[in-house]
Amino acid sequence: MDVRTIALRRGNLERRAALFAAIRDCFNARDFLEVETNVRIPAPVPEEFIESIPADGEFLRASPEIAMKILVAAGYERIYQIGRCFRAGEHGARHREEFTMLEYYAVGMGYRELADFTVGFIREAAERIFGRPELMFREETVDLEAPPEILTVADAYRRYCGMSMEEASRKDIFDELMVTRIEPRLGRGRLTILTDYPAERASLARLKPDDHSVAERWELYLGGLELANAYGELLDPVEQRERFRHATRIRRAAGMLDYPDPDDVYAALETGMPFCSGAALGLDRLAMIFADVVDIGEVRAE
Amino acid sequence: MYSASDLKKGLKIQIDGQPWQITEFEFCKPGKGTALYRCRLRNMINGSGMEKTYRPTDRIEKPDLEEREMYYSYNDGHHYVFSDVETYEEMSVDPEVLGKQAYFLLENSLCKFLLFNGEPIEITLPTFIEKEIVETEPGARGDTATNVMKPARIDNGYEIQVPLFINIGDIVKIDTRTGDYAERISKA
Repeated sequence: MDVRTIALRRGNLERRAALFAAIRDCFNARDFLEVETNVRIPAPVPEEFIESIPADGEFLRASPEIAMKILVAAGYERIYQIGRCFRAGEHGARHREEFTMLEYYAVGMGYRELADFTVGFIREAAERIFGRPELMFREETVDLEAPPEILTVADAYRRYCGMSMEEASRKDIFDELMVTRIEPRLGRGRLTILTDYPAERASLARLKPDDHSVAERWELYLGGLELANAYGELLDPVEQRERFRHATRIRRAAGMLDYPDPDDVYAALETGMPFCSGAALGLDRLAMIFADVVDIGEVRAE
Repeated sequence: MYSASDLKKGLKIQIDGQPWQITEFEFCKPGKGTALYRCRLRNMINGSGMEKTYRPTDRIEKPDLEEREMYYSYNDGHHYVFSDVETYEEMSVDPEVLGKQAYFLLENSLCKFLLFNGEPIEITLPTFIEKEIVETEPGARGDTATNVMKPARIDNGYEIQVPLFINIGDIVKIDTRTGDYAERISKA
């Protein structure tokens, strides 16, 4: 940390604090309970592309999702958490190995309904901070009152890449195209909800009941930035176990860290989870947008 | 070998036997997708540019690059001959490598060499040299404007644009990076 750099960031850090306060107020006003769960955990979720940081025989969480799901299984119907998460090797203008996540779950809410809720609290935060439901990011006005663009992943590949998402997966260029061709065009002028990811990218989302080729999963974009990832939560312990085993096999083949089985998750699912949706939103990124800066470091006291 | 996580702005890497420098770098990663390392590259030999995206498992070659300091000695009629500051070892340089800079070589000029696989690909001369003007139209008396230029020549035939007040016999300072007139050192 450098004294002079930090001193110059005061405006951004004040904006960040105002944003955090506004978000907490939004959640509290809607009867969400703020919770804090452990940052150091015994068994992270095995994810194909996320590596945890080991910490004295355990791991620093890459996300609070396991603990949050257990709280939901225990009967906490509306919860949110703001806390630090850690991901090895992620560093750049939009990434930090250590970052701040807002994670929230709502029982009885479908995944699309959770998208409306998310758009709502971002609009409210902007109204409170800027006095109107819009903001300026990278010299572009973003209208937060306009209904968000709802774009399926399948349509995004057809529209911006001239190929189907299946073809992109087959050619192993799904992520390249997402980053270079699709993402820069999302959330321009208004929010975009990119939704219905292919089943093999479902992670902890349940498959759509009427179409098992896609998952109940969306991501929120603003000004080309990926802000949030949400699931209609998978409730079936058998399917969850199978997905984790599959991811673990891929992780082993890639030489990634070995995690213990996340037994707590299976136990929680086996008690009978209620129908719910959950989302994780990168608060440093949302603060970047509210402070209108292009480097994540500008909104962090680092 | 470098791994993808070593990549950053300014790093020099080798692709298909050619040295490239990363001029812009961006770490990208969809939250649930693979990390991608996007590079804008400049070819260190011919200056051409390209974009390339690496993945976490990619291995990238390190170029064999070496920096040396050499004195300029003489021209043998075909090549420019330099000698190493420490070892006095001589090296002949093709005029193509020097390009326009060849006009600004002075005997015993101390130059920085960047060698790729032992061959010079970039030679940096002292930033400024002083040269006498041997040919130009007579200077306009009292005209001290520096933004109106006229052609002139130095002793080795190099043509340079100089302000109107410069006369034959004046000594001028030349910026070797651009080949442009910098200022007048002394009057004839």
